[in-house]
Amino acid sequence: MTTKVGMEVSVAIGEVVKLASADVVSAYPITPQTHIVEHLAELVANGELDAEFIPVESEHSAMSACLGSAAVGARTFTATAGQGLELMHEVLYVASSMRLPIVMTVANRALSAPLSVWGDHSDAMAVRDTGWIQIFTENGQEVIDTVMCAFRIAEDHRVLLPVMVHLDGFHLSHMIEPMLLPEQGEVDQFLPPNQYPLPLDPNKPVTMGDFGPPNVYTEAKWAQEVNLRAAKKVILQHWSEFGDAFGRRYSPVECYRCEDARVLLLTMGSFSETAMAAIDKMRSEGEDVGLVRLRLWRPFPFDEIREAVKDAEVLIVLDRALSFGGPGGPVCSEIKSALYQVDRRPKIVSFVGGLGGRDITVDGFEEIVNRGIEISQKGSAQEFEIFGVRE
Amino acid sequence: MKKLPGYISRLLTEKERFAPGHRACIGCAEALAVRLVCKALGDNVVIANATGCMEIVSSPFPDTSWTVPWIHALFENTAAVASGMESGLKAMNRKGRKSLPGVKVVAMAGDGGTSDIGIQALSGALERGHNFLYVCFDNEAYMNTGIQRSSSTPYGASTTTSPAGKVSIGQFTWKKNMPDIVVAHDVPYVATACPSYVKDLITKVEKAVATEGPSYLHILSVCPVGWRSPPELGVRIGRLAVETGIFPLFEVENGKYRLSPDLPKLKPVNDYLKLQGRFRHLSDDVINKIQQKVNEDYAELKKKAHEG
Amino acid sequence: MPKKEGDLTWKDIEIGGMATEPGSTRQYRTGDWRSQKPTYDFDKCIKCGICYIFCPDACISQDASGYFEADMYHCKGCGICAVECPTDVITMVDEEE
Repeated sequence: MTTKVGMEVSVAIGEVVKLASADVVSAYPITPQTHIVEHLAELVANGELDAEFIPVESEHSAMSACLGSAAVGARTFTATAGQGLELMHEVLYVASSMRLPIVMTVANRALSAPLSVWGDHSDAMAVRDTGWIQIFTENGQEVIDTVMCAFRIAEDHRVLLPVMVHLDGFHLSHMIEPMLLPEQGEVDQFLPPNQYPLPLDPNKPVTMGDFGPPNVYTEAKWAQEVNLRAAKKVILQHWSEFGDAFGRRYSPVECYRCEDARVLLLTMGSFSETAMAAIDKMRSEGEDVGLVRLRLWRPFPFDEIREAVKDAEVLIVLDRALSFGGPGGPVCSEIKSALYQVDRRPKIVSFVGGLGGRDITVDGFEEIVNRGIEISQKGSAQEFEIFGVRE
Repeated sequence: MKKLPGYISRLLTEKERFAPGHRACIGCAEALAVRLVCKALGDNVVIANATGCMEIVSSPFPDTSWTVPWIHALFENTAAVASGMESGLKAMNRKGRKSLPGVKVVAMAGDGGTSDIGIQALSGALERGHNFLYVCFDNEAYMNTGIQRSSSTPYGASTTTSPAGKVSIGQFTWKKNMPDIVVAHDVPYVATACPSYVKDLITKVEKAVATEGPSYLHILSVCPVGWRSPPELGVRIGRLAVETGIFPLFEVENGKYRLSPDLPKLKPVNDYLKLQGRFRHLSDDVINKIQQKVNEDYAELKKKAHEG
Repeated sequence: MPKKEGDLTWKDIEIGGMATEPGSTRQYRTGDWRSQKPTYDFDKCIKCGICYIFCPDACISQDASGYFEADMYHCKGCGICAVECPTDVITMVDEEE
């Protein structure tokens, strides 16, 4: 029987990793991910999780140890945030291009300088191109469901790619929320054991990590790209089966009150929950607005985005990261790119806000929508609007 | 008739685990070292290898010289990858997910990947006490990228980033003592070896494989291209490195030092230096300085070996 | 035998770029590299195997009579065997091919 628990989301992640019976946890502590690894260490120390907990000496080594562990066929988990994600940057590319299934939760944190332990998406945006499957989550239930699915997706022979689960640092990682935790039997049924097809095994030796001269590199990369795109179908299939088993359904793009909405707001991560409240408020005031929540970040859901916004006149995108000297909002620039060749598309307005842990309230979202509508009518000299900066 | 160096070829296994056709330079003693180490390791291993000469020459896509499971990830993380492999195998064996008894995890890296960029991962893995063997193939510079200096480059050697010049004698610092750094981590087995001394190297590999916990082998690898020495002298120069005391062969078992061989008298360092173009520019003063340091260090080593 | 590198399509690439044929570099003719090659005076050979041990390319093997000889497909002509042979069996001569 599923149990309803009230616990900190970070701790719940540890519980799910335990239910998934991970073999190796290799992680380095960094705020705001610390509670995840602390709880996992506790579970291992008490014998509740039969796994090897490797207290590595840096995030670079954390991900490197994950490579080794996944390469021998073990179910592997790690977690990090902000600077840690950046430190393991080069290893992330290796994990995906060597097709090693690893599950990692990232408690999204702003990047230095100035030092900030608080939440925003700059760490996630910096690793867009690494070839990982990436999913954003909005609340505790989504986090644990996504982590559970992540193991199944990553280890699926049609995928064999590492999966990153993003959750907002502090705003989600440290929240105590009511969640439905599945029972061991249910998880065992949903999650088959990891059977990596060509692991490092003396009985059948393989060589991993050959060097690729110019003659071959393009082919290797294209094979990787084709595989990542093909993974989308598998992700949808697993989400559908998860829905059948547990009753909660997930899709790459979620629309909230978007029917007949003239104006759409787009958010990612836990801000979506606040935004939904703002949409309700504005709807009650007679405005025809709706919310698009982007959940599947990589592989990017082109079709679903185009479908979601096709009837809107204005699309306001809120980015929680700032890409310097460029289009400002990374997510917005990708949305614009996705809609470029569509004949009928909304006017797109880019907002950047919520940086370094700064909150945006319901009123704040209302302000963003109204300003966004204004800009869509009058235009703007700026590429994007920075929300909430004191001038 | 030249004097026999003294070992018996029949003690080697016949199987070649490091296949020919690898792209190592003509006369590469590092390739020789890898070949011999692999003979001693056997088939029941998994190897993590750093970026470097041996990785590049042995893994040109889609081919491989390796006949055992092998992974190359990056330059500085070999010990971390090995830690992951060791933990993964341990967990899976224990949980009954797999049955791979007695598989030895081996990490291989060059001097750069060990004493410079890779030292953090190595230190971490040693401290955590993983059951693995770390082998450093030391050719005393970043050879694969074009002979740039590393912290293992010996004093006075000319490399492309520590070139000898009008105002420079080349490498201006002494070789970093990696074996001692590893010994400081309190690991059960540390040893130095050289492929010129085959039986000694094979015995040490076997001992290290049999050790529970971390073990470390530091193997001198003569590089004719980087050291600017004749390719056919690869084995002879390695022998001279040991006979002059420049690269002493020793073992440290649980902190106890043992010299092997314990040389009563060292040949003059110049016998070794004069065969290599990277030392060609050295004045007598510098050579004397090197001789003095070698004498001091060897005396120190003898003391440690005889005390314990 | 795997396809040559230049003929591989993206579909041919094994997952993660793995090489699945152990020791496949054997196919590569490093013998083309040499500028000198070993010649043998087997009358002096005592079949000690020292040349076999010290070959970095593992291309020396024992024939039916027990003599050790390098295989010319892989031999790079480094000359280590000639230097290490205790009875001077091997002489390196210029490669004429």
